[in-house]
This record gives sequence, structure tokens and C-alpha cells, in this order.
Amino acid sequence: MSILKKFEELRGAYNHVKEAGNDPFSVCFDEILSPTEGVVSGKKTILLGTNNYLGLTFDKQSIETAVSALRENGTGTTGSRIANGSYGWHARLESNLASFYGRDHAMVFTTGYQANLGIIATLAGRDDHLVIDADSHACIYDACKLTPAPVTRFKHNDPNDLRTRLGRIKNNGGNIIVVTEGIFSMLGDKAPLKEIVEVTKEFGAYLIVDEAHSMGVLGKHGRGLAEECGVEDDVDFILGTFSKSLGAIGGFCVSNIADFDLLKVACRPYMFTASLPSSVVASVVTALEKVEKGELLREKLMSNARYLHSKMIAAGFSVGPDVSPVVALRLQSSEMAISFWNALLNEGLYVNLALPPATPANMSLLRCSVSSSHSKIQIDKAVALFTKIGIEFGVIEPELLAQFG
Amino acid sequence: MNDEEVVAIIIKELLVIMPNASDIASETNIVRDLSLDSLAVMDLVMALEDYFDISIPLDRIADTETVFQLAGVVQSLQTEVRA
Ligand SMILES: Cc1ncc(COP(=O)(O)O)c(C=O)c1O
Repeated sequence: MSILKKFEELRGAYNHVKEAGNDPFSVCFDEILSPTEGVVSGKKTILLGTNNYLGLTFDKQSIETAVSALRENGTGTTGSRIANGSYGWHARLESNLASFYGRDHAMVFTTGYQANLGIIATLAGRDDHLVIDADSHACIYDACKLTPAPVTRFKHNDPNDLRTRLGRIKNNGGNIIVVTEGIFSMLGDKAPLKEIVEVTKEFGAYLIVDEAHSMGVLGKHGRGLAEECGVEDDVDFILGTFSKSLGAIGGFCVSNIADFDLLKVACRPYMFTASLPSSVVASVVTALEKVEKGELLREKLMSNARYLHSKMIAAGFSVGPDVSPVVALRLQSSEMAISFWNALLNEGLYVNLALPPATPANMSLLRCSVSSSHSKIQIDKAVALFTKIGIEFGVIEPELLAQFG
Repeated sequence: MNDEEVVAIIIKELLVIMPNASDIASETNIVRDLSLDSLAVMDLVMALEDYFDISIPLDRIADTETVFQLAGVVQSLQTEVRA
């Protein structure tokens, strides 16, 4: 029997998705022209599914510092921080991250996935109890597989449900750790963080927030949902990634907790993988400065987000509850979502296709993520394409559109 | 509550998730026979937590396959709460 036979069902589902035309899991960009434009199969394509919230992937200064760090330190570190040493850029980024967040400690990981995996699984020991939002990202679920601690889920963004479930946990002498996210990646909705903080405090629990999609995006200074909600002092650990608003790759954790340095010798996804190359770290150091002074970029981003969100509603699409740079359109079926996604790509618009089980409540989504770099013309063009195809496919009705003008 | 009663509740909750499923019984394999994906299983667990007012950590159901086995986990957790 083939070793991959256990994935027979997955094979069926994968083939089914591919049959509709393009393979959404391996779209190839022939060229990336800017943060918002690329070339797919020879066609100029608007990129509306990149998480490049502040458009920093082509930031001139970030590229310059990356190039000089590349020349100085070479292409890779060829090893892990604990076994093969840290470079000056790692130390500098950790120090800058700590001061950006006004925290005592910071720790840089090779990806955001590993930051979540490592911190959550390491903090939660055998006698502790992890309580996670039911719509948590895959990396949080994977952390749950790595930890010896029992895991319970609470209903998505529901502080009262969290309270009920915390009340049922028997104290084994350990700690309770609650995990949620700033902006949820699929629907773009935000956690009710003030209320969640209140509940965690009632039970004396620790709180971890993954600000992957909200760092650089929310808060006056870009420190995320915790800053926006005014609860930074009550969040014990902030996790995040450099792969979205910072336009590079890597992950991090910041905290004020005493003995934080122990994590660097206890956290396996930090210890047993190669560290980021200096070029990447240098670009992140520069991008972080842009994020810190990025009030204008954030204003532009949120104005683009409001514009896209309202235009999609006006067109008659069903979108997520909160206005955020993630605008997800809900389709009736995965077949419809797949065909719609193909039609958009063929017309020169790239968005993300998100299907169950990777989505909350088995939804089939066309997920857009807008950037401060998108022009109004690009967003108008995207909405026009969505509308045209939506009418063709019977997803929205033309009469409704006339009403909204 | 005895085995049969817990099994009946689990079947009732399964039918909420999949109203068209037929012939769910004590020996039904939740994942294989009902093709419930992992998320649906976790949602079932959430519903059972609410029904029985207990916490069912996900690792406790890792090895359960049948409705009967799940009922056993629920019962032992109930006993632990009372203890
Ligand atoms: C909520 C959330 N956390 C963590 C990650 C992982 O980050 P990275 O892609 O940098 O590994 C992502 C995205 O991939 C995410 O959406």
C-alpha cells in the first residue's frame, strides 16, 4: 500500500479544485511589478491577496539595508542561534522590537508559524491548561498538538463563553493560558480584547495575542489590537510575524515576563532551526522604523479598507463583520468560490481562495487583503470585476446594484 | 447518568451537526462512518461540554473512535468533576 494512500480523500478534493482551471495552491507569478501588481500567465494582474498591508515589500531603504547586510554577512547563517551564534542584526532587531512595544524582552523566530508554535507549546506545561479561540490559525492548533497541556476551545470572539469554559477547568496547580488573535486571518474580524482581558483577569489567567494581521495595521503607533483597545499592559505575550505588514519573513514574541531568557533555551522551534539571514533581519529593522512612523500609511490603509468593504456591500456581496484590511466575500458553495476565483484570475485579479476546513463554519470565501499601496483606480477595477462576474454567476443581482447607484 | 443515556445525548448532538445522518449507534465510528472532519469533531466536543457542563480537553478524545468510546470519556470526566 502506498504510504500516501491515507490522503486519498485529499487527492479527490485537490483534483476537484484543480479541474476548474488554475491550481489555486500553486499560482505562479512570472513577475512581481510592485506591492500591488504582478504578472500571471503573461497577464498583468492586480494583487489583492498578499497581506502586504503597508506595501513595504519594495521599500527602497529596506532593500538597501538588506543588500548591504547581504554583502556584509553573506547569504545565510547556516545554523541556529543557540548552536551557531547570533549576528549583530538579530540582537539589534530584538532590541528594537522590545522598545517598539515598550517591553523588556523580545525574541525573534524564523517564521511567524514557529513563533506561535514555539511560545504557546513551551509556555503550556503538563499541569497548565490552554484555552484557545475556536477559529484560531493553524499554527495555534499545531502548538496544541505539541504541548503536553490539556486544550479547550472557546466560541469564536465570545468572552462570555470563555468565562463559562474557564469556570469548568479544575485547578491542577498550574496556570491557565488564553490565546486569541488581533485580526482573524480569514474574515478580518477583531477580537473583543477588552472583554477578553477582563475575563482572563477574573481567573488569573495568562493572555497571549497573535497580532499577525494587526501589527502595523491597528493602533496609533501600529502596535496592534492591544494598543487600539488600550490593554497592552494586560497582554502577557504578544506574538507576530514579519511576513505581512513588514513585508519580509520571520516571527517574534515580546513580553515583560521575568526570566524570559529561559525561553531561548527551552523553546524547541526557536532552538532547532536555522536563524534568519542578516539581509532579511536588516530589512525588517528598517521596515519596523517605517511602521513606527507609519501613521499616514495606516490612514491610507484604513481608508482603502473602508472603501473596499463598503463597495462590496453596495454591490450586494456578503462580507465579514468588521471593517479591516481583510475583506472576505462569502459564497454559497466551494464550487461557486472555485469558479469565481478562476474567473477573477483570468481577468487579471488575484485574491485568495479559502475553502473548508481551513475556514470558520465551513464557509467558502474569496479573501481580499487590501494594502495602503492600492490606488483607488485599482480598487474600483477590482470591485467592477467582482460585480461583473458576480452578476454572470448569479451571486448578486443587477437590480440591487441599480438601487445603490 | 448511565452509558446508554450518555450515548443517546451524543447521538442527539451528532444529529444537530449532521441532520441527514441515519443509523447512528453506539458502535458508529464518528470519523470513519460519518466522515466528520476534525473541526466538526471539535465542535461536537464543544456542544457536549455545554450539555454536561464539563471541560473535555482535546487530548482526551484523541484516541476515541466510536460513540461508545466518547461516552466513556464523558463519563470519566463527569466522575473526575464530582470527585
Ligand atoms: C494568524 C496568523 N498567525 C501566524 C501566521 C504565520 O505567520 P508566518 O506566515 O509568518 O509563518 C499567520 C499567517 O500565515 C497567521 O495568519
